Amino acid sequence: MTNSSEENLDLTATNGINSWVDKGFTWLTYLFATITVAILFVMSWVIYKEAQPAIEKFGIGFFWGQDWDTGNQVFGALPYIYGTLVSSAIAILFAIPVGIAIAIVTSENFLPISVRSTLAFVVELIAAIPSVIIGLWGIFVFIPALEPLQKWLAIHFNWIPIFNSVDPIGTNMLTAGIVLAIMILPTMAAISRDVLLAIPKELRSASMALGSTRWETIFRVLLPAGFSGIVSAAMLALGRALGETMAVTLVIGNSSQISASLLDPAYTIPSILANEFAEAEPGLHIGSLSYLGLILFGLTLAVNIAARLFVRWFSNKNKS
Amino acid sequence: MTDSQNSQIDESLLAKELYAPLPTSRQLFTYSMNAIAFAFTGLALIPLISILWEIIKRGFSSLRPEMFVKSVIDYGLGNAIIGTITVVMIGSIFSLPIGILTGIFLAEFNQVNPASQFVRFITTILTGVPSIIVGIFAYGVIVLVTKGFSAVAGGFALAVLMLPIVILTTEEALKLVPKDQRLASAALGGTRFQTTFRIVVTAALPAITTGILLAIARAAGETAPLIFTALFSLDWSPGLLSPTASLPVLIFNLYNDPDPEKNQLVWTTAIVLLGLVICVSLISRLVTSKKKI
Repeated sequence: MTNSSEENLDLTATNGINSWVDKGFTWLTYLFATITVAILFVMSWVIYKEAQPAIEKFGIGFFWGQDWDTGNQVFGALPYIYGTLVSSAIAILFAIPVGIAIAIVTSENFLPISVRSTLAFVVELIAAIPSVIIGLWGIFVFIPALEPLQKWLAIHFNWIPIFNSVDPIGTNMLTAGIVLAIMILPTMAAISRDVLLAIPKELRSASMALGSTRWETIFRVLLPAGFSGIVSAAMLALGRALGETMAVTLVIGNSSQISASLLDPAYTIPSILANEFAEAEPGLHIGSLSYLGLILFGLTLAVNIAARLFVRWFSNKNKS
Repeated sequence: MTDSQNSQIDESLLAKELYAPLPTSRQLFTYSMNAIAFAFTGLALIPLISILWEIIKRGFSSLRPEMFVKSVIDYGLGNAIIGTITVVMIGSIFSLPIGILTGIFLAEFNQVNPASQFVRFITTILTGVPSIIVGIFAYGVIVLVTKGFSAVAGGFALAVLMLPIVILTTEEALKLVPKDQRLASAALGGTRFQTTFRIVVTAALPAITTGILLAIARAAGETAPLIFTALFSLDWSPGLLSPTASLPVLIFNLYNDPDPEKNQLVWTTAIVLLGLVICVSLISRLVTSKKKI
């Protein structure tokens, strides 16, 4: 009797309710992973479809068209592309040195560890502040504080094209760039910090043993060793700056002109989307705004993918 | 004799060199770099302190309890607070199941095969998509189909923004669970489903919750994708398929409002929103930092 039950015991049996639950569960995770992947592709397709009227009408010429006239249904993207690229460039220019400085201060042994981690935590808190609140602060606090400096620059350095502006009123490209720099600082600092912390202690010790000072070690050993990571941190921060909407919309002045002066108001792709999309007429206007969205989407995707591929390529190269 | 003399000379030279201060240029370099690094770090803290200080200074005085039960028409924030909670809840309902199961897929099955590497790559790319683009996507998928701005459309946009955060934090949390626990469960006859849900997810639950809270904090502060999905309403929203107010969009709208009394409301709204967001993200970060120790 016992013998026969032992014979019937099949350890590899895969039938019964548990097997079905298991199979269903596995398929469910596969399905949801597929949904995640599909979202990115469906998103591209949906935005492309929405932009279709404008793509048909303007074609590739949309990129260098400079008019944006809702009444006459003429749309061009150049001022917005220019504003987006220049404001992000200013932001990254400010954020790179400050971000690296924070990363160094919070990863090397300048300060006791409790102070260091608190500092890193506090800087990361900036990332938690909603963009629209930073924009509000930008208008009411930051612009009044910065305006005298900008007026002074416009008066004394107006022979430099980037400061050649008659009477800067505070809402301009430079302000937007600095506000953006504040917003992308946590990204830049946190990733650079992780990169520096990942460098083996032995490299530091070796450099110090050869007689380098702390800063010589940082410049000749740590920064070159962490170069790829820091570059990708900068690229990820750039991607964030390109797509940042609310803070920029509030402080950039929203004027669709192309001016060499950083003290003149400008416009960015996210800002015009935020300002016009809700009230836009279906058809060419929505189409053109979606076309702008598509350009921004392509731009940020390219920057983000390049950053990830750069990290992967570099770590593979280091391994071999 | 000469030998010992030589070594004496060497020693004195060596001592001289060892005790010599660094050359002035190297010393200067050290000090100036110290100064620059600390100045930059201080510079970065100024905006944060200034933002917190100004918002508390300007907003706290006009914060009154009855604001939480009145709508914007009556100079309150009630409908915007409820709207924010509604939209974020819809976002969570969409994104949490998909996010957690995709995280399980990445951490539990075939961590290194091409399929999961592809899913992981797409997820990290998804974190970099600007929120305003997600807004256009939600507009095309929900607003154009249902023919109206609605809380559901806003929630859908937030879900897309929350999804990659939930996935990546879930994956990280699950990876921290020791492999032995999985093997022990499997050895006792647990199926994959039982092992994952009774052992692995249970063990990783605090860390997963942290990730979810972080995603919620980020979603609650988002303005851009809500401007043309949930839109805005001055009064209580009648249902999920009609325009809904939210705190971030309220700030954006109040800033342009000519009524000075409403203009003052901007700072009150900001303090409520900031309090909400910072509380949620502080809680989530404190939970993780305790976990690590």
